[in-house]
Amino acid sequence: MFDDFIIRAFVAGIGLALITGPLGCFIIWRRLSYFGDTIAHSALLGVVIAYAMNFNLIIAVFAVSCFIALSLLFLQKRTNLPDDALLGLLAHSVLAIGLVLLGILSFIRIDLMGLLFGDILSVNITDVLFVWVGGSIVLIVLILIWRPLFAATVNLELAKAEGLNADLANAIFTILIASVIAISIKIVGILLITGLLIIPAAASRNLSSTPIQMAIISSAIGLVSVVLGLQTSMIWNSPTGPTILAIALGVFILTLIPLKKLLISKKKIELSN
Amino acid sequence: MNNSLVELNNCGVFRNQKWLVRGVSLKVSQGEIVTLIGPNGSGKSTTAKMSLDILKPDEGTNTIKKDIRISYVPQKISIDWSLPLRSIDFVNLVTKHKTSEINDALEITGIQHLINEDVRNLSGGEFQRLLMARAIAKEPHFLVLDEPVQGVDYSGEIALYKIIQEIVKKINCGILLISHNLHVVMSQTDYVICLNGHVCCSGIPSSVIKDQEYIKLFGSIDPTLSLYKHNHDHHHLPDGSIKEADKNK
Repeated sequence: MFDDFIIRAFVAGIGLALITGPLGCFIIWRRLSYFGDTIAHSALLGVVIAYAMNFNLIIAVFAVSCFIALSLLFLQKRTNLPDDALLGLLAHSVLAIGLVLLGILSFIRIDLMGLLFGDILSVNITDVLFVWVGGSIVLIVLILIWRPLFAATVNLELAKAEGLNADLANAIFTILIASVIAISIKIVGILLITGLLIIPAAASRNLSSTPIQMAIISSAIGLVSVVLGLQTSMIWNSPTGPTILAIALGVFILTLIPLKKLLISKKKIELSN
Repeated sequence: MNNSLVELNNCGVFRNQKWLVRGVSLKVSQGEIVTLIGPNGSGKSTTAKMSLDILKPDEGTNTIKKDIRISYVPQKISIDWSLPLRSIDFVNLVTKHKTSEINDALEITGIQHLINEDVRNLSGGEFQRLLMARAIAKEPHFLVLDEPVQGVDYSGEIALYKIIQEIVKKINCGILLISHNLHVVMSQTDYVICLNGHVCCSGIPSSVIKDQEYIKLFGSIDPTLSLYKHNHDHHHLPDGSIKEADKNK
């Protein structure tokens, strides 16, 4: 069954959407979207290293992502620069180093477009396994650390004061983001992964009234976007990653329609008649 | 350390080339309310954070009794708009409670009707009550209240302090209370520590209020400026409606 590249694409995409849903919620709640971007940009360096040393791409990207996350923690402690400046510094300098290395190591041939925008139709069995096995681990770990992580998201000092290990939860969460970005590079690419994390979660915000609801709806919206996006891209022969995100944006716009208000005002009109 | 829940021994915190607070010693035992007062920047919150072990003292030692339940009502807490959070979710933030426990806590603080309301729709006073409800739901042994009445109007302030009194009676915990106004909390407090970067004076409230150091910081009680006693002739229900209007009028 997995011989068909279309089926592989569907299975990989759906798996990814399920993880990015809840993780994206935390990224929005904690205002970390630029952090996601930084990790994603630095992934290029991981890809170059993987090719140069003939190493597994996902593991190399994961290692570089973790290194960047640790560097950020180090810089936060050592300097007084605001976080967005540090993130900008890291994102673009690491991207630059990646591009320099890519230029020097001229024997490496990388499909740069595929790297930037992903190529879900080229995923192989190993990639699918990485998505589902890695994704399951990420999801289980996220459920395990949910309470301390969520409490720390609402108020760090309160969580710490009342005996939750908030620092550990935050560190683990950073590793989870790095893992998901590593897993998703081949599927949606460096430039678009933050979109897949944020757009479904943002759309879900408009529909939900509790945190867990928001995480679940976010996964569902991601799933719908992947399925519709893949089908649309096959019909129109459009690039798959961008099509998925465009569909997600469409869902987001739909969620802006204030259905409840419309229903209520309709009732009012009926009543007044 | 006998029966005390939390003990600070000559503690200080040094940040950015200066001592935020230094030489603080205090002890909170079960069933006791210790109040920290002092002007802005005098190190009240810093001291509270040392007693919670959020901040490690750079000098001195902080000892917290093992295996006690601790609740904290921080001074500033803002809920990000992106977070869909109802009152009930907020009460369950750190510990998952039984519905009956949540209802009890919300009832004591008088906001039971807001249980499913989104936290961002609460008024300042309602939110302070919710913070308090969350803190007492887990029946803590040690409760730290960092200016729990800020942003609350005067009668609301009195009501909140009454709630605190009820809490002590009901769950018999030790409380570390931070306040800017000793007069309001005086009747409830067992021990007062007056801070201004260091401990200016400490003791039972009636002696502190006469202490020269205290008078220097806060001024003596000028009878014309002293607390206006607002004798409410009615009570407000949590939604603001009046419960028992004065019948003489």
